[in-house]
Amino acid sequence: MTDTQVAAKTTGAAAATPVLEVRNLSVALPKGADRPFAVEDISFTVGAREIVCVVGESGSGKSVTAFTTMGLNPKEVKPVSGEIILQGEDLLKKSDAEMRRLRGEKMAMIFQEPMTALNPVIKVGDQIREMLEIHTDLSAAEQKERVLEVMADVSLPDHVKMYDSYPHQLSGGQRQRIMIAMALALEPGLLIADEPTTALDVTTQAQILDLIKDIQRRHGSGVLFITHDFGVVAEIADRIVVMQKGKIVEQGTRDEILLKPQHPYTKMLIGSVPSMTPSHRVEIDKRSPALIAQKVNKVYGGTGLFRKSREVHANKDVNLVVHRRETLGVVGESGSGKSTLARCIVRLQDPTSGHIEVEGADIATISENAMRPHRRDIQIVFQDPYRSLNPRRTVGQSIVEGPMNFGVSEAEADSRARELMEIVGLSPDALDRFPHQFSGGQRQRICIARALAMQPKVLIADEAVSALDVSVQAQVLDLLDDVRERYDLAMLFITHDLRVAAQICDRIMVMQNGVVVEEGETAKVYADPKHEYTRSLLAAAPGRDVAFAK
Amino acid sequence: MTATDPQQMSVDDVLPEKQQPSTFALMMRNRSVFWGGILLLIMAAIALIWPFFTGSPTEQNVISRLKPPSADFWFGTDFLGRDIFVRVVHGGRISLVVGISVAAIATVIGLFTGLLAGYVRWLDAPVMRVMDGLMAIPAILLAIAMISISGATLTTVVIAITIPEIPRVVRLVRAVVLTVRDEPYVEAAIASGTRLPAILIRHILPNTIAPMIVQATYICGAAMLTESILGFLGAGIPPEIPSWGNIMSEGRTYFQLTPWIIFYPGVALALTVLAVNIVGDGLRDTLDPRIARKMRA
Repeated sequence: MTDTQVAAKTTGAAAATPVLEVRNLSVALPKGADRPFAVEDISFTVGAREIVCVVGESGSGKSVTAFTTMGLNPKEVKPVSGEIILQGEDLLKKSDAEMRRLRGEKMAMIFQEPMTALNPVIKVGDQIREMLEIHTDLSAAEQKERVLEVMADVSLPDHVKMYDSYPHQLSGGQRQRIMIAMALALEPGLLIADEPTTALDVTTQAQILDLIKDIQRRHGSGVLFITHDFGVVAEIADRIVVMQKGKIVEQGTRDEILLKPQHPYTKMLIGSVPSMTPSHRVEIDKRSPALIAQKVNKVYGGTGLFRKSREVHANKDVNLVVHRRETLGVVGESGSGKSTLARCIVRLQDPTSGHIEVEGADIATISENAMRPHRRDIQIVFQDPYRSLNPRRTVGQSIVEGPMNFGVSEAEADSRARELMEIVGLSPDALDRFPHQFSGGQRQRICIARALAMQPKVLIADEAVSALDVSVQAQVLDLLDDVRERYDLAMLFITHDLRVAAQICDRIMVMQNGVVVEEGETAKVYADPKHEYTRSLLAAAPGRDVAFAK
Repeated sequence: MTATDPQQMSVDDVLPEKQQPSTFALMMRNRSVFWGGILLLIMAAIALIWPFFTGSPTEQNVISRLKPPSADFWFGTDFLGRDIFVRVVHGGRISLVVGISVAAIATVIGLFTGLLAGYVRWLDAPVMRVMDGLMAIPAILLAIAMISISGATLTTVVIAITIPEIPRVVRLVRAVVLTVRDEPYVEAAIASGTRLPAILIRHILPNTIAPMIVQATYICGAAMLTESILGFLGAGIPPEIPSWGNIMSEGRTYFQLTPWIIFYPGVALALTVLAVNIVGDGLRDTLDPRIARKMRA
């Protein structure tokens, strides 16, 4: 599918009559929301044979735009003015029954999470066939024939057999292909894809993006593609619509926006996209290792009461060394065992065997009681800022909890917490507030402050910036790098995002199926990957060869 | 937010304090909690206060036996000429005491057991198998057995009704604990050396409160019913104490002649249990985070 990339980049101009035209659309939010409109006075078009990316950070209104077009908004979120014209018909004037007919026939949606978007108890083939059953007069045999046709169309392997599979028997990528097949069954003029690759691994993502481009080209449909990921945008877009807080701040062709953004917000967003080129790192003193792991193994299962259950080797003989002031990145796809490794090192899980040395003590297999004094030395920052802080306790209580566990007086812990709040860029006055009063980025700063309050030697960041918007992500990355230097921390940085890893890691370690397949200085690994898997990961990173405007 | 260094807060300002109604205010906003609560309060007030202004529930008046409801005897009299109204009002106390104490004891024991079963992995299987065993015991048969061993007292009845209710609480609490124990904030607490009791009380227990309150109301209602059934079967509170079940049991023989003896305690029982269940339903709606969020918005 190499020519599809070229095709996508050359079909810049929109076709004469757009498939979808949104004119001055405003959608109201219920009273008490943080702003009156989810989207306000937005206008854009999607032409036939065109992929339009709506890009924006969380809360920008991009998903509301997609859901309003499909007529799938919750009833409190109402379109109040404007028009949504799909092939000449104004969708906002349609009844529910008419909308039901249009959905599927003229427009179809691909959702983010293919597991929850499919019914787990119905065979995938029958789920696709349901579309034809409802919308067409085809006989059962004809329906099945058509289903197999679209399944073949989305390049599902062995589609005849897969017709009778249930969703849980398929991989994430295959499920997303089923979703796309379902959307395609009636050849709608408009495809709406709402973050269709966000839940997928990077190599699968690359395949799905290729598939969407290919299908769009062959079927000539218009695609409205919602995403927050500029890498994906660079990969797939013909035109780009940039949204901020419910308004369109800028729209234009792919190259106009990515290379010559005009609006300051667009410039800021694109400037925040981490580059695939590793940043320059200062030389690290390699004489003082802070964390050494040797032959760490973690095996799940194997001990059933009645029969031996299947064993899963989540970590297999993993060795690593992190020096003081050094950041070691651990990259890999889901299931590679990188998070298990992090949790074994913090001893939230017990490694099956191996040695983990922190400050000269082997903590791999000691008891929970013996582990407790060492807990101060290793701290962890988790991925999800919304679940990392106890919602019922103030931020201050969360930060002082650790030090006070180790006998630090409340007054001292409190003054340290105030200091740390300033270091992470928050006001010390915010200590008596509750987590729900902070944004995701702020909460992640608080989590970093909580970890630092223990004065650790090793800081583990487990996908710590993955849930954040790109502009906030850049700030939190800077903060992590800053505290690493300030406190001489050894940092273990777990991520699936090669762009992020390039920016912050001195060395990186690539994991696949629990095994470290490659390790080396970041710049060297990116420039000259030795292992085949590393090469495929790097090749799959979306928008890798686009030099975003800085 | 007081004025601070502009650079500090430039990132993205702390959200303003949202005016969030208190949990109590939210509960009162829910109609079923409000009306159920009022009904329950009326029943409780009558049971608690009225007995001070009436005569003894065991006072017999041989002249006016089996009288229909009238201005003198609001609910009529039974075969010994005792005033049914006075007896029903006194019986309310028994029902409330049984309902509330069963709910309280089952909740406290269940909460503690459930926390441990959910959090301490090796305790889980043995504790839950014991609970499965307890659940298999029918409350009424257990009560009959216990009363035949240790005699009919209020305490025996309360214990007999409590035991089969405990597993329901344990299961609920354990389920909540199992989901909360994997929350990153609990793991962060473990990673910062917080000891087990503190983790349970600080980070896990508060999550169980809301479903526990709801469960407690259902237990309360069910316990009142079971107590009456036991009384009706003659296996409950001793007959000299007027409980609703006892009154109905005694009226059973005269049911076709003097239906009011069974009717009024029955109505009182139905109203009270109904009130408790309505409150429970309402609380579930308010305290369930998914539904509550919609109401807050």
